[in-house]
Amino acid sequence: MDTSVIPVAEPETSEIVLSARNVAKIFGSIQALKGVNFDVRSGQVTALFGENGAGKSTLMKILSGVYKPTSGTIILDGNPIEFDSSTDARNHGISIIHQELSLAPNMTVRDNIFMGREIRTMKGVDFAEEERQCRLLLTELEENIDPRTKVEDLRLGQQQIVEIARALSVNSRILIMDEPTSALSASEVEVLFKVIRDLKAKGVSIVYISHHLEEALQITDHAVVLRDGNMTAYAPREDIDLEWIVRHMVGEHFNLGSPPTGYPFGDVVLKVDEVTVADATGNQKLVDELSLDVRAGEIVCIYGLMGAGRTELLECLAGRLVARHGRVELNGRDITRTSIAERIAEGLVLVPEDRQRDGLVQTMTIGQNLSLANLRRLVRGLFTSKRLEREHVDNAIRRTTVKAGSPDHLIGSLSGGNQQKVVIGKMWSTNPKAILLDEPSRGIDIGAKAEVFRLLAEGAREGLAVLYTTSEVGECLSVAHRIIVMHKGKISAEFGSDVTKARIMAASGEAVVH
Amino acid sequence: MSSTDVSKMNPTAAKPKINIANLLIEGRAFGALLVIIIFFSLMSPNYLTISNLLIMSSHVAIYGILAIGMLLVILTGGIDLSVGSVLGLAGIIAGFLMQGVTFNAFGVILYPPVWAVTLMTLAFGAFLGSITGVLVAYLRVPSFVATLGILYVARGIALLITNGLTYNNLGGNETYGNTGFDWLGFNRLFGIPVSVIILALLAAIFGIILARSAFGRWIYATGGNQRAAELSGVPVPFVHICVYALSGMLSSVAGLVLSSQLTSAGPTAGFTYEMIAIAAVVIGGASLNGGRGNVRGTMLGAFVIGFLSDGLVIIGVSAYWQTVFTGAVIVLAVLLNSLQYGGKRL
Ligand SMILES: Nc1ncnc2c1ncn2[C@@H]1O[C@H](COP(=O)(O)OP(=O)(O)OP(=O)(O)O)[C@@H](O)[C@H]1O
Ligand SMILES: [Mg+2]
Repeated sequence: MDTSVIPVAEPETSEIVLSARNVAKIFGSIQALKGVNFDVRSGQVTALFGENGAGKSTLMKILSGVYKPTSGTIILDGNPIEFDSSTDARNHGISIIHQELSLAPNMTVRDNIFMGREIRTMKGVDFAEEERQCRLLLTELEENIDPRTKVEDLRLGQQQIVEIARALSVNSRILIMDEPTSALSASEVEVLFKVIRDLKAKGVSIVYISHHLEEALQITDHAVVLRDGNMTAYAPREDIDLEWIVRHMVGEHFNLGSPPTGYPFGDVVLKVDEVTVADATGNQKLVDELSLDVRAGEIVCIYGLMGAGRTELLECLAGRLVARHGRVELNGRDITRTSIAERIAEGLVLVPEDRQRDGLVQTMTIGQNLSLANLRRLVRGLFTSKRLEREHVDNAIRRTTVKAGSPDHLIGSLSGGNQQKVVIGKMWSTNPKAILLDEPSRGIDIGAKAEVFRLLAEGAREGLAVLYTTSEVGECLSVAHRIIVMHKGKISAEFGSDVTKARIMAASGEAVVH
Repeated sequence: MSSTDVSKMNPTAAKPKINIANLLIEGRAFGALLVIIIFFSLMSPNYLTISNLLIMSSHVAIYGILAIGMLLVILTGGIDLSVGSVLGLAGIIAGFLMQGVTFNAFGVILYPPVWAVTLMTLAFGAFLGSITGVLVAYLRVPSFVATLGILYVARGIALLITNGLTYNNLGGNETYGNTGFDWLGFNRLFGIPVSVIILALLAAIFGIILARSAFGRWIYATGGNQRAAELSGVPVPFVHICVYALSGMLSSVAGLVLSSQLTSAGPTAGFTYEMIAIAAVVIGGASLNGGRGNVRGTMLGAFVIGFLSDGLVIIGVSAYWQTVFTGAVIVLAVLLNSLQYGGKRL
């Protein structure tokens, strides 16, 4: 640990509005926080960094009244305080954007934003007024969403925007953002940052958590690093850089790797031939006559903005969405009409984008989630073999470096990033021939990100065909041999691994930042 | 009873403290059962006798068999409201077949032997269930609605076949070679009623299926998160059809046992039994949202309900009060459940 930084509040010109003193939190046998001190400064942004499972979300949930600390105190405006619930904390002016979305999918955007705080009049709820306010909020976030659409009909990124809008609508003094940008594209992040600067100008204090370190550095005034439930470093923005964060977070520097070389590509494993996918109404083409080949050993990255059709393309290839026309071939065999299960058996798997909705079974344990896609192969005689399953789960945990107490714990007890690793591990362990990953790095720390890309490179070397999507340009330029840019359902450009960020962004229809 | 604990079948054990949560909830159902037994034994000397326990158990058998099917459906996140009606209709079908099937064209009456009657009845139950399954799996009809429809249709068919009357003569006839139907309901093996043995067997079989087979895991996954299950290659439509078909078949088993116990089959048999089955599953700690629950708990739930209602009869509580008490127990159980799962949210 660094001795130059002492994890205690030091004299500061700006006043501290909210702080945690010696806060510890124990979940059963896991000590998530071990006596943490943390300060939120008035009208400034404090960024909280740390590996997956470091305890960031837990600390934020304590500050926002979701959890009660096992020991330690919370101090608001200089007075110790105990929050009974998150509503209580909200009434004290603290609101939180959770890492895992907490929207009601069956309700409209408007109803979600005003849930529990409906604008009531003598004649019932004033929907018109609610809608007006929603539109204002969404305009501020530069997002074109009708307040009357149901949340389940929105893309993940749009849902995240709604979540942000809901937190903004409360007009709180202290706003906690736990990975608010994990599903947003670069331009949307820019918009969010503009909003954050406006909020700061109004005196709102902000806590910002992100695994996109460079991004967080753009906006923050202070940096705090958590490691294994301890606060290991604090510094104001002027004194730090990326390297400082990485050093305190994981102790060494990571890069995201480079495309694996030194072997020839094999035959075409995945062949996509003029595939078209339409939206639910059938009017709009989400994927428009798209063709694409991935060879054995090749890693292809698809970059695009939200709404470019990446998720729809991958879901169609995996068998979740039907192709309106076109063909999908795996190892020369037409699989356009086969079921998801058949495709998995043939060796084509998808790691979905939204882990809560599509990736995990929350009622099951970590181990049961990891073996779910592979159960057929674990059957001996009539039943699944406990021994085989245990080996399988242990292997998957080791390969994807999931940080778990025991595979018998419920999946929800893992930190967000570790849940993501479980989703990857589940599909990876089916020994696929081609793997599709939709935003595989969502919510994982840079160590784990490097780990995932290393895994992809390793798989490719052994002849796996890899196709992944990302909204972070930096991740295109890691292990991918080929970068495809998607725009409005079509391929708008294709590059080799020697391309520059600016060219990728220009091809995606995105205004180049800086 | 079989081991059906979900968390137990898990790899890499942290053995000593595996299912404390499960033990607690089952402990509550078990505690309730003990309270009921102790209370009624104090109230009536006849309650805690072997013969009364066996009689009560043979009543529980009906609820228990229905509840196993209900559990399968509830685990996938659905509900089966048709079990009571299918039970009634199964009895009628068996009764109808026992009376002999007349073929006018040939002028003969065919008396199928009892095993054939049994098989046909079971197949019919499974068929009715798979209709629901197809409705739910492929046509996306909510299970509540689909099974509500089957509830009415089955009851209606039962009334149509019998014209509202009851088949009284299920004993069969020596000369037609179709005797033996009362074996299910009356006979005992080693002093234990056959119906109780059937319940124990079914509980063991389905307990093991849920805990140890891939199909069992698929059921839990489907109820826990259908979308994630689908993307992991779980054949969700197949699972749906299977659970409703199994529930229909188990309802038929219960129908056969009940009409055999009564040696008669009336079109209103099993009226509102679906509610008892749901109650048993819920008291047993299953979550109506799907994905959580097991056979052991459900069996305890069935015994709680059966022993409670028989006890009330024995100590002479009026039928109206019985209904009130049963309702109170159900609410209490659901309350305990929501306490258990409410605190454990992510
Ligand atoms: N409800 C819970 N029950 C049991 N353990 C939990 C629970 N919530 C969190 N934990 C554990 O506490 C630790 C810290 O988790 P937390 O979610 O705070 O991590 P995090 O820093 O937010 O990580 P990430 O970057 O992956 O989101 C982890 O080891 C996690 O497994
Ligand atoms: Mg977190």
